[in-house]
Amino acid sequence: MLSVRDLDVFFGDAQALSGVSFDVAAGGIVAIVGANGAGKTSLIRTIAGMHRPAQGSILFNDVDIAGWPSHRVCNLGIGQVAEGRQIFPTLTVGENLEMGAMLPRARRKRAAQLDRVFAMFPILKERLRQTAGTLSGGEQQMLAIGRCLMGAPDLVMFDEPSLGLAPAIVQDVLRTIRELNREGLTCVLVEQNVALSLKLADRAYVLENGRVTLSGPGAELLADDRVRQAYLGM
Amino acid sequence: MWSIYLNVVTQGVLTGLVYGLMALGLSVIFGVVRVVNFAHGEFAVIAMYAAFILFKAYGLDPLIAAAPIALAFFAVGFVLQMVLINSFVSRPEHEQFILLVGLAIIITNALLMIFGPDAQPTNLPYAFDSYLVGPLIIDKVRVYAATAAVAVSAALFAFFRRTRTGAAIRACADNLIGAAVVGLNVKRLYALTFGLGLACVGAAGGLMVTIADATPSLGPAYTLLAFTIVIIGGLGSMSGALVGGVLIGVSEALAGFVIAPSMKSMFSFALLIAVLVLRPQGLMGKKKA
Ligand SMILES: Nc1ncnc2c1ncn2[C@@H]1O[C@H](COP(=O)(O)OP(=O)(O)OP(=O)(O)O)[C@@H](O)[C@H]1O
Ligand SMILES: [Mg+2]
Repeated sequence: MLSVRDLDVFFGDAQALSGVSFDVAAGGIVAIVGANGAGKTSLIRTIAGMHRPAQGSILFNDVDIAGWPSHRVCNLGIGQVAEGRQIFPTLTVGENLEMGAMLPRARRKRAAQLDRVFAMFPILKERLRQTAGTLSGGEQQMLAIGRCLMGAPDLVMFDEPSLGLAPAIVQDVLRTIRELNREGLTCVLVEQNVALSLKLADRAYVLENGRVTLSGPGAELLADDRVRQAYLGM
Repeated sequence: MWSIYLNVVTQGVLTGLVYGLMALGLSVIFGVVRVVNFAHGEFAVIAMYAAFILFKAYGLDPLIAAAPIALAFFAVGFVLQMVLINSFVSRPEHEQFILLVGLAIIITNALLMIFGPDAQPTNLPYAFDSYLVGPLIIDKVRVYAATAAVAVSAALFAFFRRTRTGAAIRACADNLIGAAVVGLNVKRLYALTFGLGLACVGAAGGLMVTIADATPSLGPAYTLLAFTIVIIGGLGSMSGALVGGVLIGVSEALAGFVIAPSMKSMFSFALLIAVLVLRPQGLMGKKKA
């Protein structure tokens, strides 16, 4: 479904990604693991069309979308639950959800998607007219996921969805991701909780200083000594 | 005796609402695109000349002409943002400043070349009609112009509050990364915003010819006026622009009546300084977190 080849991304003179290649099969969950500053967010944002790569290709269903603007990428069905949630704090919960469904691909499915989001997160329906900035961290993360689903995506990239949340809510969020995946959503998952994300993933990639240094099935990486030492503290 | 002051204040309020509409355009553009339109007043003066010409050549009432002028200004603003200003949005502020001040200078000098420096009065047939309300004698033109200004402002408020596109524009102002994340076409929404901002100026300028005579040198004065109003009302606050407009309108009218018309700006600036000292975020502005 998604196939990234030899991606180079620069911020000014600093290289954030060098020669990154990875694949996501339809219906799978792919985990991307790496230390702070490894380039995980840069990778997701480049795929999403928020950064322009200097080099390389991003094939989504065989269309090269490298360098496309984000609204065109989204309209192909690539969604993002961004790092830091990136909700619209002064807009209401309802307006935030609507903003997820502004593109042509999502407009007709708006009502159905909204029902689906409410079924998944009933709290959002209760808070519909409240401004999003007044929600708790966990509720904001639900809103970020709900807003993304409003776009009727085929692939969703989750960037640290559990960052800053209470442990009980972290479980909820990860359970939601697994459920969405069972319903057919293809997922890319960046998660600080490496053990959990590797357990969840079919395939995983380790990113170090903007390079892929290791890849394989999630379970295999979970057993790998280098991964256990570097990311699991064992 | 009292009724004279009441008359002056009423006049100030009515004029101030038209000022407010003009400032609203500046406020909306800055609040969303984060670019200060240093050519704002100059655009208002273009609209004044447009209304003046439409009246002289076709006898079109400026109160009606304001609508097509606003529409044309919307188109100009949209295109200007698309082809020019979008590429300056992420550049340093001094470069934006030079771009827009340059535009302002070009506009003022083009107007000088075409129309000359003299003030051009639009002599409306009903310019001196007035309503008598109790002790008040209110100019008809001002009532019409202020009503139109309030109607346009209300329409803009409704657009931002009630429509999806309006919400999308607010979303861009709220969180630009979030806007890219959900795939909003930010450049197009910015163009729409700049267009709406110029439509406000276009409408306000068209209405203004019923109150003031068109002359090129009004451009910089109106830019300054719109700034003063927006800062008093609160940067980025839409209701603040109208409140600020009314305050400046009243202060100008009172200063002009009590002291001398040439002193009116001094009082506006005194008001500006008072607000900056006592409430730096402006009357209706939110404190930066
Ligand atoms: N907009 C930017 N401008 C300049 N440098 C950037 C920008 N965004 C990221 N970087 C740099 O690129 C490198 C990779 O950052 P990135 O945010 O992609 O890492 P990450 O793996 O997501 O880290 P974290 O776990 O902290 O989220 C870092 O050195 C960072 O400082
Ligand atoms: Mg990151």
